[in-house]
Amino acid sequence: MSEWEGIYTIWFREALRYIRYRSRILSSIVTPLLWLLIFGTGLGSAIRFAGIAGSYKAFIFPGIIGQTILFTSIFSGVSVIMDRQYGFLKEIMVAPVSRPSIVFGKALGIGTASIIQGVILLLLSFVVGVQMTPVIFIASFLLMIPISVGLAGVGLLIATFTDSMEGFNLIMSFIVLPMFLLSGALFPVTGLPSFLQVAVYLDPLTYGVDALRQVIIGQGALPLYESTFVVVGFAVFTIVLAAILFSKKEQNLM
Amino acid sequence: MDYIIETHDISKVYGDFTAVDSINLKVPRNSIYGVLGPNGAGKTTLISMLCTILHPTSGSATVNGYDVMKDSKEVRKSIGVVFQSRALDDILTGREHLEMHAALYGVPNSLRKQRIEEVLDLIALGEKADEFTKTYSGGMKRRLEIGRGLIHHPKVLFLDEPTLGLDPQTRESIWEYIQKLNQQEDITVLMSTHYMEEADKLCDEIAIINKGHIIKSDSPKNLKHELKADIITMKVDDKEKFLNEVKKLDFIKNIMVVDSDIKMMVEGGENLVATLVNFANKNNIMVKSIELVHPNLEDVFINYTGKRIVEGA
Repeated sequence: MSEWEGIYTIWFREALRYIRYRSRILSSIVTPLLWLLIFGTGLGSAIRFAGIAGSYKAFIFPGIIGQTILFTSIFSGVSVIMDRQYGFLKEIMVAPVSRPSIVFGKALGIGTASIIQGVILLLLSFVVGVQMTPVIFIASFLLMIPISVGLAGVGLLIATFTDSMEGFNLIMSFIVLPMFLLSGALFPVTGLPSFLQVAVYLDPLTYGVDALRQVIIGQGALPLYESTFVVVGFAVFTIVLAAILFSKKEQNLM
Repeated sequence: MDYIIETHDISKVYGDFTAVDSINLKVPRNSIYGVLGPNGAGKTTLISMLCTILHPTSGSATVNGYDVMKDSKEVRKSIGVVFQSRALDDILTGREHLEMHAALYGVPNSLRKQRIEEVLDLIALGEKADEFTKTYSGGMKRRLEIGRGLIHHPKVLFLDEPTLGLDPQTRESIWEYIQKLNQQEDITVLMSTHYMEEADKLCDEIAIINKGHIIKSDSPKNLKHELKADIITMKVDDKEKFLNEVKKLDFIKNIMVVDSDIKMMVEGGENLVATLVNFANKNNIMVKSIELVHPNLEDVFINYTGKRIVEGA
């Protein structure tokens, strides 16, 4: 009972923080719009792609949703490092709440923030000429839950291994950008050179983007059940792993 | 004696460095207990272990009757902790901090409002309670943290350097507050500090800790008493005569003459002031002034460790 209360409290704080940082919400809407309108329109007008049925803008729309979730989830997860450095984590760590509950609460809170952003983007689908129906909306919403929780898990995992924000650039170069670029957010994943093909299918975000693309514009490379299965499995895996590692990690009050 | 915290040879080792070395601590229930030592003495490490955040390398400890390793959850329910560094979230209000804390510690919903009001009253945040904590002064933040640590009515409140970095006025008010708390509530306070004055003024009992060891533990008064060195300074009209006579008194350990002052090292000086005045009168010597100085904890610390607690202070 009290564990649920703990999870709820930690989730609530995370969500509250997200809503209070208005500038963050604004920039997280503007950034994907820039990608869609400038990059999408620009590249789409210049080049005709094989393997894309509709417009390029529409093609990258699910990819950009995936990107937004990726950036928000991982950076919010990594913000635990700052929580640790600047204090608030200690308050949570000495509370009579188990370590796994802290991880679940955090992951759900971060997931909530990412999903809010994803939903805003879904509502802006008319910008790229994608028709939004209630079914597409609900299916996309449901898919975003495991995608964002799984990526929040990645962020939390990074946070358990890192003690300072000095490694932030490394995280950007070695984890976030490769995950984004390899996910097929910007190009079709079929007909790639084999080394790239392998890398693409090793990227968990590929399956999230593919599932969203299947749902939103009906152009997935994999069957929906397959990609959904991977996305859910990945979320469970990262959260359980983060919970285990976080429980083992000691904290000094300094 | 009823001890609420007991440690048995508790140690914490990091590689070659022993931060806490076989410490045995006994903290009496409802006391204010001070852990006094210089920076890096192991105070925070000790408190971290008692708060269940850090696992001891060896030894054991109980807090409120629960083992810090085996019953860490019960220990956490029994304690409130105020950390040395701030543990507040800039973008939450004071009231939200208290609400969150109450929820995390499982304070029943029906009690929460009342408890929060009580604590807000106690820490006197006033209208600031509903503003973001980033607008608070250092003292207000500290009070909020102490108040937060009390919401769930803990049996033990840990305060790690509670007045570090605060101005003297705020420090005074925090001291008063801690004393009031200890008197009004059924609560034991374990605080670490490197301010002698703070330990002296607040604590019923002190453990002097240096390099991971407890060097000495007792009440501040006894610790100072053990130095056996109260200093009585007198000014008299006939210095030579007085010196000749006073040498015969066996309770005087040592006499020093500094200009017109006669400084005498004695034990238990309070009882001897009158004796000395009467003694002078009997010998027809006029006493111009008499002053008694107790040794302070700083002297005690120097006596036991051979160095000042704050280097260069």
